[in-house]
Amino acid sequence: MDFEKLHREESGRILATLIRLLGDFDLAEEMLQEAYAVALQKWPSEGTPANPRAWLISTARHKAIDRLRRDQRFERKAEEIAKTAEIAARPESDREEEMLGDDRLRLIFTCCHPSLPMEARVALTLRTVCGITTEEISRAFLVPVATMAQRLVRAKGKIRDAGIPYRIPSSEELRDRLDGVLLVVYLIFNEGYLGNSGDALIRRELCAEAMRLGRVLCGLLPRQPEAQALLGLMLLQDSRRDARVSAEGELVLLEEQDRSLWHQEQIQEGTQIVESALRGGAVGMYAVQASIAALHANAKTAKETDWPQIASLYDVLLRGHPSPVVEVNRAAAVAMAGSVEEGLALLDEIEKREELKEFHLLPAAQADLLRRLGRLPEAAEAYRRSLRLATNDIERRFLRRRLAEIEMANGAGT
Amino acid sequence: MQYLLLIYHSEAEFGKTTEADKAALYQEYGQLREELSGKGQFVGGSQLASTTMATTVRVRDGKRVVTDGPFAETKEQLGGYFLVNANDLDEAIAIAARIPSARNGTIEVRPIAVRGKAVEA
Repeated sequence: MDFEKLHREESGRILATLIRLLGDFDLAEEMLQEAYAVALQKWPSEGTPANPRAWLISTARHKAIDRLRRDQRFERKAEEIAKTAEIAARPESDREEEMLGDDRLRLIFTCCHPSLPMEARVALTLRTVCGITTEEISRAFLVPVATMAQRLVRAKGKIRDAGIPYRIPSSEELRDRLDGVLLVVYLIFNEGYLGNSGDALIRRELCAEAMRLGRVLCGLLPRQPEAQALLGLMLLQDSRRDARVSAEGELVLLEEQDRSLWHQEQIQEGTQIVESALRGGAVGMYAVQASIAALHANAKTAKETDWPQIASLYDVLLRGHPSPVVEVNRAAAVAMAGSVEEGLALLDEIEKREELKEFHLLPAAQADLLRRLGRLPEAAEAYRRSLRLATNDIERRFLRRRLAEIEMANGAGT
Repeated sequence: MQYLLLIYHSEAEFGKTTEADKAALYQEYGQLREELSGKGQFVGGSQLASTTMATTVRVRDGKRVVTDGPFAETKEQLGGYFLVNANDLDEAIAIAARIPSARNGTIEVRPIAVRGKAVEA
């Protein structure tokens, strides 16, 4: 029996069931820890039970009943749990799997309830559904541990005191509420994929957890094309993980990546999922982004990429979700599609509107196009502007390298 | 649980509403109230007179300070409230979404605080 493995893989699911049975996040967490402690003591000598998960749930439940009975104020609650839990803890395989799945889904919807602040939804989902420790979450989001712990305590307090239910939303509400859940998953993935934290391991874990959540949602809620689109998008983006950063820890642009490092199986799976999502009628932000990612992932070289198609997909994205950041991406695609001057003119337009004064990728994109046009002094100036704004170490190193290259070429030319 | 649903709307906009539209609005309010009463969910509720009727009272250093107007100047004003029984927040939100003023104003959903709730589990 690999205890560590059981702990890592099953804790989230067991916790989800316990929270439903006990109706209390903290009590469930505490009782699960106690059940693990008993298991560590008993299993080596008495042997591992046939169904470790059911054993842990049932042990934690008994511990909770004992705990509540000791306190007169909770006697009624203890009897309630004793009654309902009898039915729930029966180890019938199919039924049990189904119940555990529903419990997980309930927990996800509770943690992502729109009445919780967004940062609390993200933190609570990572802590409760994914089983990531508070320390790890605080490192990933560059927040002191005490602050993150406080955020979790407040969120759990609001779930309890404001009466946020532990329930899968009704079919009328499901669409809206699922959008909220998908956004949390998307934010977790992006924090891992694009985030500013220097800790690569933690960021890798965030991406993995986001994809795992995406799979859970697609598995438990079939026929939700937007959820599929998000899963496809994440798989496709993540398939480039080993090519995005060089052995020296430097950022490698898409067109310069070694495409043999891309994970082909993941690309195939992601592409299939995206296609299925589009067939199912997905039209949202994730579907369009996933279509763009699929075009990139399935192109043999940067040159062979269908840039005009990508530029028009960015148009679609802009219509539904106007954003200057998307405009920057669109301008870059226009430039790649053949017209560097046109792309640059679009970027200069965006710069004039001053909405992106703090966004380092705007001057970086301008610098790249100026470099292609051979306007090196202007390119160098744009890289310097980008460097003043960038905070991510890997990106800063990339920008410095580009600037040095240009300064050298420029110096040699004059 | 009990939830207080605070109904905020723009008094300026409400002032422009025609009598016929007001009548339709009040009728819709009446229906919702009746339906909630039928299910035992309506605890109380009423429209409030406009903020021009408001008086603010403070006691500082034992001295009573009475001023005119509402506590805060805001774009939307408290115009009424419902106090309802609901099993959980989602049920309260569903009721709030059916309040006619939710379509152009804002409903704030606040659970009634229960002392020792944290211990009751």
